[in-house]
Amino acid sequence: MIRGVIVMNDRGKPRLVKFYEFQPAEKQQELIRSIYRVLCSRAENVSNFVKVDSLFGQDVRLVYKTFATLYFVFIFDSSENELAMLDLMQVFVEALDKVFSNVCELDVVFNFNKVHTILDEFILGGQVLETNSSEVVKTVEEISKMERAANSIKVVPSIPGWQGR
Amino acid sequence: MNPFSSGTRLRDMIRAIRACKTAAEERAVVRKECAAIRAAISENDQDYRHRNLAKLMFIHMLGYPTHFGQMECLKLIASPGFPEKRIGYLGLMLLLDERQEVLMLVTNSIKQDLSHTNQYIVGLALCALGNICSAEMARDLAPEVERLLQFRDPNIRKKAALCSIRIIKKVPDLAENFINAAASLLKEKHHGVLLTGVQLCTDLCKVSTEALEYFRKKCTDGLVKVLKDVANSPYAPEYDVSGITDPFLHIRLLKLLRVLGQGDADASESMNDILAQVATKTESNKNAGNAILYECVSTIMTIEENGGLRVLAVNILGRFLSSRDNNIRYVALNMLMKAITLDSQAVQRHRATILECVKDSDASIRKRALELVYLLVNESNVKSLTKELIDYLEISDPEFKGDLTAKICSIVEKFSPEKIWYIDQMLKVLPQAGNYVKDEVWHALIACEQETLVRVAVWCIGEYGEMLVGNAGMLNQEDPITVTESDAVDVVETAIRRHSSDLTTRSMCLIALLKLSSRFPSCSQRINDIVVHYKESLVLELQQRAIEFNSIIEKHQNIRSALVERMPVLDEATYSGRRAGSVPAAVSTSQGAPLTLPNGVAKPTSAPLVDLLDLSSDDGPALSSSGGDFLQDLLGVDLSPAATQQGGNQAQKSGTDVLLDLLSIGTPPAQSSPSTADMLSSVQDNQSSVDILDKLGSPSGPPPQASPPVGSSPMMDLLDGFGPVSSAPVAENNGPSYPSLVAFESSSLRVTFNFSKQPGNPLTTLVEAQFVNKSPNAFSNFIFQAAVPKFLQLHLDPASSNTLPASGNGSITQKLRLTKQPAREETPCNAHTDRL
Repeated sequence: MIRGVIVMNDRGKPRLVKFYEFQPAEKQQELIRSIYRVLCSRAENVSNFVKVDSLFGQDVRLVYKTFATLYFVFIFDSSENELAMLDLMQVFVEALDKVFSNVCELDVVFNFNKVHTILDEFILGGQVLETNSSEVVKTVEEISKMERAANSIKVVPSIPGWQGR
Repeated sequence: MNPFSSGTRLRDMIRAIRACKTAAEERAVVRKECAAIRAAISENDQDYRHRNLAKLMFIHMLGYPTHFGQMECLKLIASPGFPEKRIGYLGLMLLLDERQEVLMLVTNSIKQDLSHTNQYIVGLALCALGNICSAEMARDLAPEVERLLQFRDPNIRKKAALCSIRIIKKVPDLAENFINAAASLLKEKHHGVLLTGVQLCTDLCKVSTEALEYFRKKCTDGLVKVLKDVANSPYAPEYDVSGITDPFLHIRLLKLLRVLGQGDADASESMNDILAQVATKTESNKNAGNAILYECVSTIMTIEENGGLRVLAVNILGRFLSSRDNNIRYVALNMLMKAITLDSQAVQRHRATILECVKDSDASIRKRALELVYLLVNESNVKSLTKELIDYLEISDPEFKGDLTAKICSIVEKFSPEKIWYIDQMLKVLPQAGNYVKDEVWHALIACEQETLVRVAVWCIGEYGEMLVGNAGMLNQEDPITVTESDAVDVVETAIRRHSSDLTTRSMCLIALLKLSSRFPSCSQRINDIVVHYKESLVLELQQRAIEFNSIIEKHQNIRSALVERMPVLDEATYSGRRAGSVPAAVSTSQGAPLTLPNGVAKPTSAPLVDLLDLSSDDGPALSSSGGDFLQDLLGVDLSPAATQQGGNQAQKSGTDVLLDLLSIGTPPAQSSPSTADMLSSVQDNQSSVDILDKLGSPSGPPPQASPPVGSSPMMDLLDGFGPVSSAPVAENNGPSYPSLVAFESSSLRVTFNFSKQPGNPLTTLVEAQFVNKSPNAFSNFIFQAAVPKFLQLHLDPASSNTLPASGNGSITQKLRLTKQPAREETPCNAHTDRL
């Protein structure tokens, strides 16, 4: 299963943090810092896979990819296919790109809960939910429509909370 | 209204935080926001709850504590609006965990939401459940989730499937309920649902054997068909990744097939075809294709035996190894390590490629490759593999050297066909990476039967003990090894206690221990104990040394350090020159002197001759006659000058013994005074030992001045530090006259040599040999023959007579002319030096 997904910038500041196995807050920060240290020391042309036994336990690896100023890090154990994880990261970033039109770091920073929603359409409970970025984008757009509708209704408080499709 | 209250929009808070230049500023801003949020929470503010929670989540991501916001999540989830619910569930997943009691309160809300009319809300609830449900919640809500597995909307179906996975992981007993529903998911057309359905089945099989059986019987064929369809499907743009339709589905199906086929021959049988098809038809120039191939290989390796498929799989891995992509190589090496247990032959074919990977620039790949090579080693290929590895050792990185050395050492140890080869390899490794060679390896080396190596090792430890411990003289990039003083003593102790150590080795160990006792004062007591143990040894040699050393350690602390002072650095040029010149004693157990006398007594009498001659050619006329005196002293067994010294001399004497032993290599000290002669003369002539004497400042005998260095046998150079063998009697520095030398004396014969040199001809020495018969019987047909080392030319004049009258009534004289040839550098001896 996938243990966690982290998006951090090249200074080590976390932009998205999701652990699928509970970690207390301090531990989370510590893990983020350790991962950042590991990533910093990687040279340019080495493989994208890193063993992180010391941080997470036996047989746990992480795969990372750099897109612009962001590191995307997927942490997973031996039940996942490593090369498939690389592909999943690619698909995730494609979805982000479609939703935010040429996503950049600031989009992730200011819309982190939307990014969470997108991620939740790809991975649920540490398992891969969907691998098709267009499907996910469709769903997310539906959700956004609903949000906008709900918020516009709010302006007239007398009407009770709108529920609908 | 408080201007800093939750009126701040999320966006503005984020901007404010980003504008902070220091951590302290950021903390201040965060603290202010938290205070505002807390105030809003206590006022039970409805309007901005949503926004506040969003802010809290951001703050949580930065690492600040946010537990006070947990109840807000619950309130938001309970509220009717979609945005509130969404934020509420999100917050729930981020801020809470399954261990919190508070989570139970959400169960009811979730239950209601699972039956909501708005499918997106259902989706939210499923998502939250799938991420953090606890065991109790799982039990409560399982029926709802099960029902949702057949919901009309595929998005909900797939979420329900993954949620079920979490449920069965938390409560394995519930697995049976899901079997049927999961099986029907496998017939889905929607890829997302199919994917999650396959995943659910895989996990069901892991959790429940009943499920495994069921799926194996009923679903294997269906699955094979699905895989075939996916593999052969026409171009479908929405699932296409680099030209392959839905590689994720491929992979998941292969995984499930693996689980079903493992341990079951029938199931494995039915999937052979499709596996072969996928293995051969999938394109491997893109990552997606390689991912599928990798999974396929993994499956082939796990299901029941099929030779052809296995070979196919290993060949795919071999192809991976030559890929330029680091990831693929890494993954292939991993898989090969598993493959080797199943089919070692097939993997051996790729040995060359794997060796290449050991030299890769990527550290993770190097490590993996090295482990793999280690597994590949067997008797037939150990030599070539080791050669490659040692060659690489020279150029490898320092961090890698440690690993590499350890592996090489263990390979060599396990598989060495002959001891000789083992030693060779170790000797190659040690200069490269001696510092990385761990103690066990040293011990193993000592445990092997090569005595000479043990002696050298023991000598080195004794001599350079403190450098070993202090990590002195190491190169910058090497990591320091921690050798403690007791480690060093341990090693020597091991050597001395071994049954197979012979006398010489043990004697050397004792000397090494004496040195260590001086260099490591902390271990002195322990060393003393070891030495004391040998005081009762039945071997005279050991007993003598033990007693003497013990007395040094205990009573003569003040001179001990001077006694065992380190040997000064050897001058390479003169050393190899002397080595070339003095063939007699060599480090290996080669034969002794080349010189024999016809009476059948083989003795290295030429050695003193050689030394003196060498001296004369190298350094001109100044010759220390102390050589002669010294010899006379010892030959006449007249040790009075020595005896007048303090106990310190005891050590010197024993040092002499040591040298005796070493040169004659095993000959007990009692005999061969000639060997004593040559050795001592050579030793005392070494300037450095004289220096030691200087420092000793022994009262008897004036310190020697400018005692010229004489050619010494190579062994002597090594062993000079063993003791200030040149005791005081050496002191006088005579003039340029050459004293006569009694080359041989026994009860029946005395041979005296008188030396002279022609004035203009320093390379030639004239020797007049005088033979005196001491016995009552006359010798007739007395012939003197001499042989000399290669660098000398000998010319024998005829003797004065052939009959030697008895009882010293007359003598025979014979003249010899010895001419020194120019020294040649290349001799086998030099090669010997290099080896060590």
